Amino acid sequence: MTATETRAPDAAGGAAGYRPRATLALAAEWRRQASRRRTQFALGFMVLLPLIILVAFEFEGSGDDDNGGGEFGSLIELATTGGLNFALFALLVSSSFLLVVVVALFCGDTVASEASWGSLRYLLAVPVPRARLLAVKLVVALGYSLLALLLLAGTALLAGTLRYGWSPLSSTVAAQIPAGEGLLRLLGILGYLAVVLLVVAGLAFLLSVTTDAALGAVGGAVLLWILSSILDQITALGVLRDFLPTHYSSAWLGLLSTPVQTDDIVKGAISAICYATVFWSLAFWRFTRKDVVS
Amino acid sequence: MPSRLLARLRRARPTRRRVVAGSTVVVLLAALVGWAVWPESPPYSTTDSMITVRSGPDGAQPVELDTRFYLPDGASATRPVPAVLLAHGFGGTKRSVEDDAEDLAGLGYAVLTYTARGFGRSGGEIHLDHPDYEVRDAARLLDWLAERPDIRKDAAGDPRVGVVGGSYGGGLALLLAAQDQRVDAIVPMITWNDLARSFLPESTGREPADGVFKKGWAGIFFGSGSGTGGLGGLGGLGAPGAAPGGDSGNDGNEDSGGDGGPGAGQDPVLGAVPGAAPGGTPADPACGRFAADVCAAYLRIATTGRGDPAAVELLRRSSPAGVLDRIKAPTLLIQGAADTLFPLAEADANARGIAAGGTPVRVAWFTGGHDGGEGPQTDQDRLRFLMAQWLEHYVKGSGETPSGSFTWSRIAGFDALDRGLVATGFSVTDYPGVGGTAAESIPVAGPAQRIANPPAGNPAAISALPFGGGFSSLLDGVAGDLPGQHARFESAPLDRAVDVVGSPTVTLRAASPTGEAVLFVKLYDVDPNGPAALSNGLVAPIRLTGLPADVATATPVRVTLPAIVRRIEAGHRLRIVVATSDQGYATPVEPATYTVALAGPATEAVPGMPAGAALTGAEVSLPTVVGEPIATPAVAWRWALVGLVAAIVLGLVVVVAVLRRRHRRHDTSVHPEYADTPLVVRDLRKEYADGFVAVSRIDFEVHRGQVVGLLGPNGAGKTTTLRVLMGLTQPTTGEIHVFGHRLVPGSPVLSRIGALVEGPGFLPHLSGLENLRAYWRATGRPWADAHFEEALEIAGLGDSIHRKTKKYSHGMRQRLAIAQAMLGLPELLVLDEPTDGLDPPQIAEMRRVLRRYATDGRAVLVSSHLLAEVEQTCTHAVVVHKGQIVAAGRVEEIVGESPSTQFDVSDVDAARAVLDRLAGVRVLPETNGALVVDTNGTARSEVVAELVRAGVGVDRVMPRRRLEDAFLALVGENSRGSGDR
Repeated sequence: MTATETRAPDAAGGAAGYRPRATLALAAEWRRQASRRRTQFALGFMVLLPLIILVAFEFEGSGDDDNGGGEFGSLIELATTGGLNFALFALLVSSSFLLVVVVALFCGDTVASEASWGSLRYLLAVPVPRARLLAVKLVVALGYSLLALLLLAGTALLAGTLRYGWSPLSSTVAAQIPAGEGLLRLLGILGYLAVVLLVVAGLAFLLSVTTDAALGAVGGAVLLWILSSILDQITALGVLRDFLPTHYSSAWLGLLSTPVQTDDIVKGAISAICYATVFWSLAFWRFTRKDVVS
Repeated sequence: MPSRLLARLRRARPTRRRVVAGSTVVVLLAALVGWAVWPESPPYSTTDSMITVRSGPDGAQPVELDTRFYLPDGASATRPVPAVLLAHGFGGTKRSVEDDAEDLAGLGYAVLTYTARGFGRSGGEIHLDHPDYEVRDAARLLDWLAERPDIRKDAAGDPRVGVVGGSYGGGLALLLAAQDQRVDAIVPMITWNDLARSFLPESTGREPADGVFKKGWAGIFFGSGSGTGGLGGLGGLGAPGAAPGGDSGNDGNEDSGGDGGPGAGQDPVLGAVPGAAPGGTPADPACGRFAADVCAAYLRIATTGRGDPAAVELLRRSSPAGVLDRIKAPTLLIQGAADTLFPLAEADANARGIAAGGTPVRVAWFTGGHDGGEGPQTDQDRLRFLMAQWLEHYVKGSGETPSGSFTWSRIAGFDALDRGLVATGFSVTDYPGVGGTAAESIPVAGPAQRIANPPAGNPAAISALPFGGGFSSLLDGVAGDLPGQHARFESAPLDRAVDVVGSPTVTLRAASPTGEAVLFVKLYDVDPNGPAALSNGLVAPIRLTGLPADVATATPVRVTLPAIVRRIEAGHRLRIVVATSDQGYATPVEPATYTVALAGPATEAVPGMPAGAALTGAEVSLPTVVGEPIATPAVAWRWALVGLVAAIVLGLVVVVAVLRRRHRRHDTSVHPEYADTPLVVRDLRKEYADGFVAVSRIDFEVHRGQVVGLLGPNGAGKTTTLRVLMGLTQPTTGEIHVFGHRLVPGSPVLSRIGALVEGPGFLPHLSGLENLRAYWRATGRPWADAHFEEALEIAGLGDSIHRKTKKYSHGMRQRLAIAQAMLGLPELLVLDEPTDGLDPPQIAEMRRVLRRYATDGRAVLVSSHLLAEVEQTCTHAVVVHKGQIVAAGRVEEIVGESPSTQFDVSDVDAARAVLDRLAGVRVLPETNGALVVDTNGTARSEVVAELVRAGVGVDRVMPRRRLEDAFLALVGENSRGSGDR
């Protein structure tokens, strides 16, 4: 081994060139995650899904299936009226489960997978400060979740517009909304979905720092989300349902009426932000204190 | 690994802390659920009783009323409570106002509900709120209240009482307040001003005798006179569930719901009630429980379709219209916009009449009504609040004086969650009436059109279905105009939205060959992309007489359309429709063809109308009111959201600031004694949460140039020590100094340590090289400092460095991990079992590498459970067993200058005898038949020669080192680790 001059360490005792705040830069973590198959598949599927739906609509016969769903069921029939409606439809079908899984995947897998590979202890030995490690991982996971959401909506909007044209947003709950304003409404819906999914993100992230099994964190978050959805169907629970994280998950439909119904959206946002804050606080509290034994 | 599994199991064992924390959470959750679903016991008691009152024109006819009295807990003669008389809607009973009674009782009022005469179990006949009957009954009930000691009194015989009721009950409230000055406040809801005008409306201002008979509603009213369904309770304002069969709008008295024909099923009740009907005669099947005069009037009107003076007189008798000036009780008037029976104009007339006498009046409109039901939750909340406030001040005598502001609401859309309707509330300081505070004039135009009156009014246009339910206010009627039977006049698209609040007006001309015409004028809001909407299905019936045969010579008539609350969006058109028929009204039986035109010539051309035809035009006057949106709890939620986000941001800032501050204060001083020592471990102890002690006490140092071996059996505490050393685990007690810097998890000084702890950890989907790069990228240090070439050379993976690590063998991964630990050439290298998985040549190479690594003032700490490895690689050794150090020092020192030797001999006893004779040579106690000898300076060759000379055969001579001796002596044959302690 050739002897190399050892540069002088800094006052805090770190090696030359080591700065805690430069460790695990966002870009580095982004690249770490980008190289993973699951990231590529998940994002790819977000692009693929609208195209699959589009192709499926092309094969659609003249079936008179009643899709149900009351006033909002017509969103399915209106899906082919224009790009905005198509994007809205794509969001409608994916918001209740697919997006939940994707967000749980990005946020639940991020720490647990490093723990299961054993690379987590090497990151901590760099040392990446624990709070920083979590913050960077969380921001990147949320970034990927948002990217997935935008990819889904963007692809659907683009593909739908190319195929069905740029027309006003229609629904049976209100008059047609001009395309420009319709786009704003769509962005509003995306924003609200993003906020609601923070609950999943928070739960998955908390589970991710609690367990070494990535599958457990992702599955656990999805499972609890489904459980909450089921409980929300039980009207006998009365006022307790308002406290379920999924209770307001479909409040974004209020953005389709004119004027927009924001009351439930506001409550849903409060609920989601509270849950997410609690989960993330617990995650940070736990991770900055726990013994990493994996 | 059973020991690890066991440790994990032990960790999962319920410790006391866990049990306490877990049960606290469970108890809290259970308490929360219990609190939420526990049925509340009502704070009042109820008493059902039949009260006999004496009324009638002479005040002496007894009638038994079915009552229920709600008395709040704690009411007594010493603490009397104010009372509310709660009257139900037409066709209802005391049970139909149960919910509201419970609400009011909860607010601290004694509530008396009763079934009006002619309904349910009460006796008597229906006189339609006749002042001598129903109204006097109610006055007698006030007497009953006045006799109770637990009811507050204004004077002897004068209870403190408010009267509340919807529809039929609302009419009673108004009439009672006019007749009995003991009433302190009234809240009449969705009720009438003039019953004659309600059933015989005419929108050009003619008297009810010339009105158009509202046969649909009249039929329902008459039909339900003996039924049990309620027409408007308080909570169940026109509850759709109480509606008779779906066809009832056509001709109500033929199909009046489940209770069948008039009077059916009532006889047992009547028979059981002494003196129920005068003379106790069985009910007339034509009239049911209606009083004979009321019944006769209805039959007359329904037969001819026209009002007659006697009938109008009878209905007027039951109307507050003539007695409003006598109402001195402060009045809160609540009227529904979705009400084709008692439209907003009725409440308007009441409000003006009562206010003229100086009595405080407040008006509130909501989106429900006889057609629209209770309205959305926001409306219900608003009305409930207004009523509570009104009663609190004027009956209870506490609370501020309610303002006289006018509030109304408009349907805003669907609620996304429960699929109900959502209304937005507005308020304005003064009640503007149905004329609004301002008006917009919108020109409409169209040619004169000929329209036919269908014989016997069939087929007829449909504008509203009575009891259409909550959705009728959104669906805006089921507008179905028949071709040939209606004329249309349209405006140009509106250039801006208009908020209509009040009664629009329009001026028309009509011609008829008979000189007479009955017409229905409607105002549609035409959405260019959607259906035309008729606000709440409201129509203005008009009866024109003295018409010429030619429309050109007709006199213009001004039609006042029903008051509406509607926002007509920009781009929408107004459409005036004049129809000849309507399902809900009686029209002339004879066929005729009328000509209809607007009042004057068109002011502007309207697209879509046939060119060439002579256009007529008029202006539709739309009254408007600009109100302030009422703050609903939703606004508070919005602020809560803003506050929450602000609080979280603030909390985050505070936490970060506190951490920074703590970090800055953090002791970065260098322990002077250890400043140049790569590693000093002092009194290290690690006890896990479940009480398992992995390391009880460990002290050692690693100096520059040393390769220190941490030796011990599996589970001795080596790995735990290294975990603490890497900042992965918090020690229970003890300190670690690296170059004098105190080491805690995340200490910057960790950057001067390269480590391989508990096996390699790589991203399986990346190649070896990419893994090293990703690792170095995570350190954030300059690329040049990494010294990749040296590291790759040590890894010695060749081209495999470009393969994914998940395809690596164990040894390859191990070499890559050592290379990763050496990235950046750290001053202290910590390797946990570095030779694990390496083949012998690689182990030998690794030894060389480690020894060389320590030469530049660097140091290496190697943990191993292999004696030979430590002995051959390390300069120093620390022997750990059961969490404690059993030996430490230079390897040579531990091994000693004179190592012991093991002899395998043919005759152990003979050999022992020979060796005992040799000076300085000591035979160590040994088992297994082997002979271990401390030669103590004597050459081994000499010992062998002595043995051979004595005839003892020597098979094998092996050096035995003291390290191994010490190790075995300390650890014993039993190599069970400390993990099994």
